[in-house]
Amino acid sequence: MLEKHEVLEKNSILLTIGILIVVSIGGLVEIAPLFYIENTIEKVKGMRPYTPLEQFGRNVYTREGCYLCHSQMIRPLRDEVERYGHYSLAAESMYDHPFQWGSKRTGPDLARVGDKYSDEWHRAHLKNPRSVVPESVMPTYAFLSDNMLDDRLVADHLKALRIVGVPYTDEQIAAAKSDLVTQLDEFADDYDGFVARYPNAAIRDFDGDPEHATEMDALIAYLQMLGTLVDFDQYEALADENLR
Amino acid sequence: MEKSMPRKGMGLDVLTLAVVLIVLSVLGLLWSAGTQDPLLQIHTWIMTGAFVLGLIALAMKGFAGLDNDQSRYNEGIIKAGIIATMFWGIVGFLVGVIIAFQLAFPALNIEGIGWLNFGRLRPIHTSAVIFAFGGNALMVTSFYVVQRTNRARLAGGVWTWFVFWGYQLFILLAASGYIMGVTQSREYAEPEWYVDIWLTVVWVSYLLVFLGTLMKRKQAHIYVANWFYLAFIVTVAMLHIVNNLAMPVTLYGIKSYSAFSGVQDALTQWWYGHNAVGFFLTAGFLGIMYYFVPKRAERPIYSYRLSIIHFWALIFTYIWAGPHHLHYTALPEWTQTLGMVFSIVLWMPSWGGMINGLMTLSGAWDKLRTDPVMRMLVVSVAFYGMSTFEGPVMAIRSVNSLSHYTDWTIGHVHSGTLGWVGFVTFGAIYCLVPWVWKRKRLYSNDMVEWHFWIATIGIVFYITSMWVSGIMQGLMWRAYNSFGFLEYSFVETVEAMHPYYIIRATGGLLYLTGALIMAYNIWRTIRGDVRKVESVPEAEPLAAAIPAE
Amino acid sequence: MNYEAMAHFAQTWGMIYFILIFAGAVAYIFWPSNRKKFDDAANSPFNEELD
Repeated sequence: MLEKHEVLEKNSILLTIGILIVVSIGGLVEIAPLFYIENTIEKVKGMRPYTPLEQFGRNVYTREGCYLCHSQMIRPLRDEVERYGHYSLAAESMYDHPFQWGSKRTGPDLARVGDKYSDEWHRAHLKNPRSVVPESVMPTYAFLSDNMLDDRLVADHLKALRIVGVPYTDEQIAAAKSDLVTQLDEFADDYDGFVARYPNAAIRDFDGDPEHATEMDALIAYLQMLGTLVDFDQYEALADENLR
Repeated sequence: MEKSMPRKGMGLDVLTLAVVLIVLSVLGLLWSAGTQDPLLQIHTWIMTGAFVLGLIALAMKGFAGLDNDQSRYNEGIIKAGIIATMFWGIVGFLVGVIIAFQLAFPALNIEGIGWLNFGRLRPIHTSAVIFAFGGNALMVTSFYVVQRTNRARLAGGVWTWFVFWGYQLFILLAASGYIMGVTQSREYAEPEWYVDIWLTVVWVSYLLVFLGTLMKRKQAHIYVANWFYLAFIVTVAMLHIVNNLAMPVTLYGIKSYSAFSGVQDALTQWWYGHNAVGFFLTAGFLGIMYYFVPKRAERPIYSYRLSIIHFWALIFTYIWAGPHHLHYTALPEWTQTLGMVFSIVLWMPSWGGMINGLMTLSGAWDKLRTDPVMRMLVVSVAFYGMSTFEGPVMAIRSVNSLSHYTDWTIGHVHSGTLGWVGFVTFGAIYCLVPWVWKRKRLYSNDMVEWHFWIATIGIVFYITSMWVSGIMQGLMWRAYNSFGFLEYSFVETVEAMHPYYIIRATGGLLYLTGALIMAYNIWRTIRGDVRKVESVPEAEPLAAAIPAE
Repeated sequence: MNYEAMAHFAQTWGMIYFILIFAGAVAYIFWPSNRKKFDDAANSPFNEELD
């Protein structure tokens, strides 16, 4: 043991390997089991992958750095549950690449912001937050209404997500490009097909401009579905399989 | 490989670098031609331009590194690193002040295309101070310390310059990407996949230069400062690679999706995020402490044995602490508990290291009065002690239920970064500039005093305002009125933050002012000027401390 | 793999492993014959002549 430590010091390669071993232990013990222990993620009903429009809205959310001021993780504390709703489950972010739990609440938590406000409110708020919340310190995002969605690579986005584990079907990928705009139009030809592919998805024009598919559409579609998927009537928090 | 220097013709290092740069330039051109993505187009131009510039510089033999005389230390790279550290420090502090004022006065988010909104500038601040300022400080001091304590010129010849400029290119790509909206939205790991790959290439080259120099050393034992630097380099490589595993949508686009999702992704990210603090902002800077504090105090470290315990205990324990960023979240409770326990255990090695640094001055405490640079180094260690005490407290679940999501966390981070990382870097640079530019003394010790006090007052403004606003907001969120309803709406708590955000921004402004004074002082020192009227006399033994060639 | 089995392993063998490693490190740094080596190393910042 003692002689070995001396060798360690004298040999920089061994020192490097020693460091690597020592710093690997913590991560291996903490992270690796999360992939294998069965009850890491609760069993819930209602979770589905994002629609192409919602995923594009999510990409706007990540691009603009919303996570720097808004969390998406309601803790099981009395005041949080009363303020924001049911505490967040691991299952609710199982299709989130990357996760957006956040670390700071300069603004409120958004994990269950879906369906709490009207589309009109979101539009007004994103264009100028102080028009609806005078004390707000949020930047303005009016430019999202002018940015058209880039629909060239929709299917590639879904394919990349499938590679990292989101269970998109071949059908969903084949229809991805048209689904992006189908969700904006209640009278679309493929309405039924879309609903079958993405149960409980809201279908309407979100940004008040039916002529264009904009980043505003996508972002509001994403915000309006946040935290709405899981059916909490059928969720048993105290069931064995959901205790962690 | 390069024992046969001083070189006459083209060495192997120059040849390999030239080949690599030619290949990279061609790849950059092809990539640029293939992409339809306007943002990636800009980045491929920047990269290709940098590679071609590198080739031109190599061809013109403009690099000081081409002089590879093994009988002398490589000090050209030290000089470049000092200037880069100072430059990025001021950029990072400035952006920090801007976003601090944006939170107090939202009208400062310029309307239009959103490129200068808080959400895009904030990663520029964090990356600029951690990776650009901190990273350059670590690179330059590690290159200095590894040469001196091992009595060997840096290995790798001209590749050391590849590491330096490659790292600056990484910073440029990251920062320009954030403004344009190129981000993975992982805190402190925002750069997209291709920038991550570039950083990996540069980082491995850095590791090889560092290891190569260790192998050339003339004595048996490796001085402990180098252990800390080595742990920093190796662990950051591991963290960076694992946390940034991602699937690009297309090889010709900026966007990628992270390999993990939800709860696994969260823990991977905070395993990375906390150890960016542990190994980038702590282990690396402890390397600075273990060299510059003894050197400046002109006495060996208080206990070399303690430094060995400190090293292994610190690197073993730190890596476990990440889950304390996820208390009360959907992360399984056993993981949270492990993170909490190890965070509290971490208090011991941290304070062991702090005591080791502070006690090095025993018998020389008068230097605190006579040498403002020494004082800066010592106060940095004191701040290290303070924030490594506060950290374990905040990692306790019940405390964390109050502090999490509030400004208390922001204040905690800044007591560590402004106080510890900033001050130890300033102290090291104040030491290095006269040493490597061969000046008898700094241009002005009075200005070091000014820098010290202005920055210290700035830190006090910053930390106290964030304590008050953080704890107040946490309490307001959980306040109930007599009817059993929540007392405050969310936006009422936002409104209550306003005065503290102004105080915080003022504190940041003071800290920036201190750094500007420092930059002026350093610039005049490099020019060889000496300020005539000085109220702080030059500490006599300093001249003797100038290392011989 | 379930949680209980993992926790049991960690709380027994894991703990013993950590204690042994720590005891070994402490023995090493306090071993009398290592004193001179540490003193030399501690002074290496004060001898920086190249060659």
